[in-house]
Parts: sequence; C-alpha cells; structure tokens
Amino acid sequence: MSTPAIEILGLTKDYPVGFWRKRMVRSLDNLTFQVEEGEVFGFLGPNGAGKTTTMKLLMGLIYPTSGTARVRGRSIDDIQMHREIGYLPEQPYFYDYLTARELLDYYARFSDYSAAERRERVTRFLGRVGLADAGDVQLRKFSKGMLQRAGIAQAILHDPKVIFMDEPMSGLDPVGRREVRDIIHEMKQQGRTVFFSTHILSDAEMLCDRVAVLAGGKLQGVGAPNEIVSIEVHAMEILFEAHEGRPLPAGLASHATQIGGRTRVEVPESDLYQALHELRNCEARILSVSPVRPTLEDYFLRLIGREKANSHAVEVNSR
Amino acid sequence: MSATPGIVAINTFREAVRDRVLYNLVFFALLMIGAAILVGQISIGIERLVIINLGLTAISIFGLVMAIFIGVGLVYKEMEKRTLYSLLAKPIRRWEFLVGKYAGLLLTLCVNTAFMTLGLAAALFYVGRPFVRSDASILAAVYFIVLELALVTALGLFFSCFSSPMLSTLFTLGIYITGVFSKDIRDVGELTNVSALKTLTRVVYYLVPNFHNFNAIAVVAHGDAIPFSLIWQNTVYAVLYAGVVLLAASAVFSGRNLK
Ligand SMILES: Nc1ncnc2c1ncn2[C@@H]1O[C@H](COP(=O)(O)OP(=O)(O)OP(=O)(O)O)[C@@H](O)[C@H]1O
Ligand SMILES: [Mg+2]
Repeated sequence: MSTPAIEILGLTKDYPVGFWRKRMVRSLDNLTFQVEEGEVFGFLGPNGAGKTTTMKLLMGLIYPTSGTARVRGRSIDDIQMHREIGYLPEQPYFYDYLTARELLDYYARFSDYSAAERRERVTRFLGRVGLADAGDVQLRKFSKGMLQRAGIAQAILHDPKVIFMDEPMSGLDPVGRREVRDIIHEMKQQGRTVFFSTHILSDAEMLCDRVAVLAGGKLQGVGAPNEIVSIEVHAMEILFEAHEGRPLPAGLASHATQIGGRTRVEVPESDLYQALHELRNCEARILSVSPVRPTLEDYFLRLIGREKANSHAVEVNSR
Repeated sequence: MSATPGIVAINTFREAVRDRVLYNLVFFALLMIGAAILVGQISIGIERLVIINLGLTAISIFGLVMAIFIGVGLVYKEMEKRTLYSLLAKPIRRWEFLVGKYAGLLLTLCVNTAFMTLGLAAALFYVGRPFVRSDASILAAVYFIVLELALVTALGLFFSCFSSPMLSTLFTLGIYITGVFSKDIRDVGELTNVSALKTLTRVVYYLVPNFHNFNAIAVVAHGDAIPFSLIWQNTVYAVLYAGVVLLAASAVFSGRNLK
C-alpha cells in the first residue's frame, strides 16, 4: 500500500491557562487517524473541538505536547514537507500593504519559479478564485470573502500534493461556497489530497470521501459520511393528504405536521405498518413513504450533547 | 545558504517604504536646512563643528528611534496579526524568517542613514567649506552608527520574540542606555570596596554591549582621524554580538507556539 497522505499519530496538545499559565487544558487528546492519498477528507467538529489546533500542529505553528504526524511519509518537523503542501489558515490575514498580485508573487518566490512562471501562475490563480479584477487592489481594501479567496489562491498556487484548509467556506457567499466546492473537486480530479475542517455538514456530505468527527479534543469517529450516519436507527417519514372530515387517530395526529395541503408524520421503522394501516382506515391518500436518514447534523447535535455531559473531564493535570 | 532570508528582507523593506517610514527624512532635511541657515548667519568659525555634531547626533537618534520602534514590532506584529501562518506553511525555517526580517530592517536603516548622510554633506557644503580630507572620517562615524543600529535592532528583535512591544522597547532602551554608560558604571564599581558590587559592575560591563566605543561624533567634529584599528575592532565586536543575539532570538522564536 502506498504511504498515506497524512498520518496523525497520537497528537496531544495542552494549553497553559490562567494568569500564571500553570494550569493546563487539554485541547487535543491522543488524536490518531490517517488520510489516504487522493482523498477529500472532512474534519468535522463543533466550535472549540480542536480542529484549528490540529491544523496548526500539522503546520508546525505550534508544537505538540506529545505525538507526531507525517505528511506523505515526511515528519512534520521536516522542512521539505512544506514543499508539497498548501495551507489556508482560519480567517486568513495577509500583509495589507501588498496587492493580491504582489502577495501571491511573494509566496510563489518560495517555490523556485522563474519570474515569467510566477507572473503566469499568479494571474491564473487570481482568476481561479474569482479575483481577476482585484489583483491590483491593496489587501487592506479587501472584504472578508475576498481575503478568503486570496487565502485559497495562495494555498493552491504551487500545485501542492496535500492541501490543508481550515474552514475554507467561511465568510463566503453562496456563489463563493459553490466555487470553493468546485475547486476542491478539481483538486481531487488532479489526484491531490484535500484535508479541510468545517462545521457545515452539508459541505462535508457533498464533498468528502471520508470524514473524521472531533469533539472536545477527542476523535469520535472516522469513516465515509454515510457510515458515520448509519450508526443510528432509521425512522420512516410518511407524506399524505388527509381525507376531509376523517380525523386522524390521536397517536398519529399528535406528531403530524402540515405542509401546504399535505401532512407529514415520522414514525419509528417498527411502527410503519401500524401507521399505514391507520391511515388507510381514515382514507388518507399516501404520497410517499421514505426512510429518514439521520444527517450528520443530527449526529453532531447528539455528540455535542454527550460532550456537554462529560465536559468537566477535559481539564488535566495542574503542574 | 538559501534565498529565503533575502526574499523576506526585500518584503520587509517594501513594507517600511509603504508604511512611509522614510518620511522621517523630511524632518531630518528640515533640521539640517534650519541649522545650516542659522549657523551661516552667526559664522564664527565653528560652523563645521556645529553642523557635524548636530548632523551626526540627529542621524544617530533618528536611526535609534527607528531601529527600536520598528525592531520590536518586526516579528511581534506578524505573530499578532497572524500573517505568519500562511508564510510559515511555506518551506521557510523560522530562523530564516527571523534573519530575513532583521536584514530587511537593517537595509531600511542603511538606506535611511545614507540619505541623511547626503543631507549632512549638503549642509556642510552650504556653510561654505570645500570638503577637506579629514571629512572622510565622517563616513567612519556614520559607519559606527550603522553598527550600533545593527546591535540595537538585534536586541529589540530578541526581546520581541517573547515579550510585548512595550516591554521590549523598555528592555532595549534600558540596555542601550546602560551600554552607553557601561564604562562609567564599571569605574564606579572599581571605586567601591564592596566586592559584590565590583563584580556586578564588571559583569554588566562585559555583558552589555559597549556602545561608548561606537560614538565617534566628538572626535570627528574636531577634525581628528579615527584609527583604523577601532574600525575593525568595532566591526568584529558588532558582528559577533549581533550574531549571538540573533542566535538566541532564533532559538527562542523557533521553540515557541504561535498564538
Ligand atoms: N492559544 C490558546 N491558548 C489556550 N487555549 C486555546 C488556545 N488556542 C485554542 N485553545 C483552546 O483549544 C480548544 C480547541 O480550539 P480550536 O481553535 O482548535 O477549536 P476549533 O475546532 O478550531 O473551533 P472553531 O470551530 O470555533 O474554529 C478550545 O477550547 C480553545 O479554547
Ligand atoms: Mg477553528
């Protein structure tokens, strides 16, 4: 088997807190998983889960309390690793005295391109992220979404093999989000690996081969989005038109919702036939019966609930 | 040697230029013009002394203010604004970034000093003296100022790797002032009988850069020559000292977690 694009091996990070910085709080707890070459991998978790912490550890911006990681077989301490990766920080901020074109040109200089190559690349990637007309505007005049786009451009400018993006869709309008999805698709098509964090689950469901879910600094699960989802029992959704003057039995009526002229009820899978039977008795017209797939959103909400319940366990040793 | 520090240095210089740092030259020019006109009027044969004294002192103070105030923010600002995040994801070692920032500010200071030196030359010319041979030693005095700035910048950069710009400014200024008076401090120590104090003043004397040696303003203003031995002694001293400080700064900066 080929070397994984990213191997995370027991990464742990404690942050000192308090005035004397003596107390340590564990933000990331023994994180271990790997991302295969060519995957689009979603890194999911609610606010404060430790997604950004993980990204910063991988980029060498902060150092782990324990554990290591490798990118394409290279230790994250190895400077050569950085030749093969691109990174979009969370809420990126750049030298605001430069124009977008100057910024990208500056970054491109660290990749040994000739001046002509740099010029061509910078123009091409400005266009790719929708900043073709803003190339000569100083970054201090950029909106949040424009900065995000400049950030994406610098992350992919040098054809990296593995791209790390910390919330690539944040701050973007619907068109922008769409464009970022296209870019991620395109990266996959070109055989690159994309590792991105998000708490927007529909983005992950739409894009990812696999996802990892993180909450409270701990890994909660890794797998294809639908594997993560199929852990839970299914319910069935019935959509029907009720017959005028034939009231529904109380059991169904209590959790029925009206949508336009139609009625929707959700019942446990085991009660499906019973419910259909009752509906036939009151001459309802059945429009559809379909399984309710719990979305990642539901999974997420349950996780947060569970995390809240034992969040007191997060604090670790006082030195 | 990689090209990285050079790339960072040029960008740092560009930042200084765009932040209108070189505008201080306008004030320097006004100062020189005012002084030249004034001295030209009172003309009692000491024009040269006054202009050189004033000019070199101003060059040194302007440079120091710039070195300290920009120096302490050089790396700190990039950590604070998180412009470092995307940069350090590129194949750049932290010490290369640090050295690049240092070199960039040094380049800015050199350019600034060069312009001020031209201003001084113009003022000297205006007060009506053809240049004389001993004027060459003015250049040596300017060179010493640059060495001094290189040291001060390194110190400011070092402190800013682990403390706020406020504190770094205080520390750097403190060391500079101690360094200017380090000879006097040692001499006071030699006069006492308290051996602990004696040891302390000696330690301070050897630890703190000896900025006294870099001040050749009075010598030059009186038209005396600067011995060649002092030039290379100061050069070696400044290069070694700044090198050690930069090494320490790199060690601190490389080990720290960015916020
Ligand atoms: N510099 C720091 N000092 C102390 N604690 C920190 C620091 N940075 C992060 N933390 C803590 O670490 C935990 C994880 O933070 P992190 O930024 O990684 O979360 P995240 O998953 O990226 O959240 P979000 O979705 O809000 O971006 C949080 O509890 C946060 O308070
Ligand atoms: Mg985050």
